[in-house]
Amino acid sequence: MNLNNLISIALRALVNNKMRGFLTMLGIIIGVSSVIIMLAIGEGSKNTIANEISNMGSNMIMVQRNYNREGVSKGATSMESMKIKDYEDIARDAKYISGASPYVTASGQLIFGSNNHPIRVEGVNEDYLEIRKHEIQDGSNFREGDIKNSAKVCIIGKTVVEKLFKNDEDPIGKIIRYNNIPFQVIGVLKSKGSSTFGQDFDDVMIAPYTTVQKRIAAINYLHAIFASSISEEYSEKAIAEITEIMTLNHNIPEGKEADFIVESQKQILEQINTVINLITTLLGSIAGISLLVGGIGIMNIMYVSVTERTKEIGLRMSVGARGRDILAQFLVEAIIISLTGGLIGVLFGSGVSFIIRLASGWAVTVSPFSVILSFLFCTFTGVFFGWYPAKKAANLDPIEAIRYE
Amino acid sequence: MKEKIIDIRDIKRHFQVGEELVQALRGVSFSVEEGEFLTIMGMSGSGKSTLLNLLGCLDTPTEGEYYLDGKPVANMTKNERAIYRNRKIGFVFQSYNLLPKTTAIQNVELPLMYNHNYSAAQRKEKSKQALISVGLEDRMMHKSQQMSGGQQQRVAIARALVNDPVMILADEATGNLDSRTSYEILTLFQELHKEGRTIIFVTHNPEIAEFSSRTIVLKDGRILEDKVNPNVKDARTVLESLPKEND
Repeated sequence: MNLNNLISIALRALVNNKMRGFLTMLGIIIGVSSVIIMLAIGEGSKNTIANEISNMGSNMIMVQRNYNREGVSKGATSMESMKIKDYEDIARDAKYISGASPYVTASGQLIFGSNNHPIRVEGVNEDYLEIRKHEIQDGSNFREGDIKNSAKVCIIGKTVVEKLFKNDEDPIGKIIRYNNIPFQVIGVLKSKGSSTFGQDFDDVMIAPYTTVQKRIAAINYLHAIFASSISEEYSEKAIAEITEIMTLNHNIPEGKEADFIVESQKQILEQINTVINLITTLLGSIAGISLLVGGIGIMNIMYVSVTERTKEIGLRMSVGARGRDILAQFLVEAIIISLTGGLIGVLFGSGVSFIIRLASGWAVTVSPFSVILSFLFCTFTGVFFGWYPAKKAANLDPIEAIRYE
Repeated sequence: MKEKIIDIRDIKRHFQVGEELVQALRGVSFSVEEGEFLTIMGMSGSGKSTLLNLLGCLDTPTEGEYYLDGKPVANMTKNERAIYRNRKIGFVFQSYNLLPKTTAIQNVELPLMYNHNYSAAQRKEKSKQALISVGLEDRMMHKSQQMSGGQQQRVAIARALVNDPVMILADEATGNLDSRTSYEILTLFQELHKEGRTIIFVTHNPEIAEFSSRTIVLKDGRILEDKVNPNVKDARTVLESLPKEND
């Protein structure tokens, strides 16, 4: 039999039984697309979180209070040990940092005219913007005098501008009230968008730490100290330096747990990566299972559809088809169905991934690996289980096959 | 003397069923000349189906010789027999066995799809001619399930004719049809016979034998009777004598 006839025999059989072909294809489509979507979501959340963290400043080092020292939560009152001296010593003595800022925070309400907006104010110095990778869009950063004099000035983010200045006024130079204290807006930050978990990076108000300490929170300690290493590769050394300074200042005996934690963004990134890898493994196993289930589905429907066609096989053989003609026909049918189904599955999976990306804003990424893996697996399963029962059927006695009910 | 289409010499066919050796055919010999209309009759268990399978080159005998159109079939391989079936035999089955959801013309084309000597255009032309000769020129694009039993059997006959076989082998070809339609199909077979075609009709129904030119009766794997029918009944006359259907 020549190839032309073979292909037209297979195509006729497919075209005349569109529903059967479609159902068979469906198994392959679902198998392929679910694997692609699963892995795309896993890969996407990983990339999204990694991007966000580097957006926060990958050189950033945080000195925070250790809330769970010796396994016991000490509560806020015992956590007043971080002082301005710690910051001064770090800023003066640490060689591997390019900037440092004290950090105090307080909560309250911002008012401008008839608009108000609840917000947590961050009290810092002029290095803070650089450390956190904030950029000034309009206006300017703090001047040194502002910190020294506890000036009532602030820098605000896009969200705050939108909430307070509803008439498109220029916020620069305007006086806004925070817990009834008038602040002059001296700068507006460039927008950074929001994170995967819904945190709005533009909902910020930044003021000199001295102002927040004295005029708002009425405290003399710090909540944290932020610093940035000269570059990412020096962050380990910078952490060691800072830890040394802090240990000395706080008189922590050797072997005792300190009342502070020094963390770099990189370490946090590593921790989060561990979690994400776990999620990816989880999604991968789900994908693996769906691949298996998809494969079994393909196998069943292929097997059933060939068995169902035993009579047809008998007829074809009685009018002169040889075993190998039958086998070739079913193989061509299985290849057409599996390839088409596989392609549709790839398109469908990529399409759904793209929609998820649009809807969620995650960097859902279809990896070539998942496409190749699922496509090959499902196509192979489809072809094999189209071929195998056909081989059995082709070995049947034509008369037996034709009387098969 | 006319050419011998079939020449069977002392054919035996045994099956091993478990411990038991079943002797389905215990030495059958006969020959069929071109243009005969032969009925092979017998009760179930007489070896009729086994003989049909052998005649149709679907099976090979345990012993004996079978010459179909001058060539020995008994020693052919499976693939050789498939090709020989394709070129020499037209099958008509009791349950029509058309491809489902497939048009009449595509069903008729089927045997030629497995014969690369025909181009697509020749195949189409031959199939049209075959459908015209069974009176279905206006049903060519109808799908199998859109046709009545009689029409489906006509398509099956057209399919059996399309490869210009040396014989048409019919297996209980009227078994699924009502009596009126059966006579219509028998009329068609008689017309084909008049055109000079060789027809072998396997049946358990003695009535059908009256319309053929010769009858072989099988019993217990042997030929019980082989007789020429002197007064062949005309199926068309019987058909016309039937009361008209009230529709």
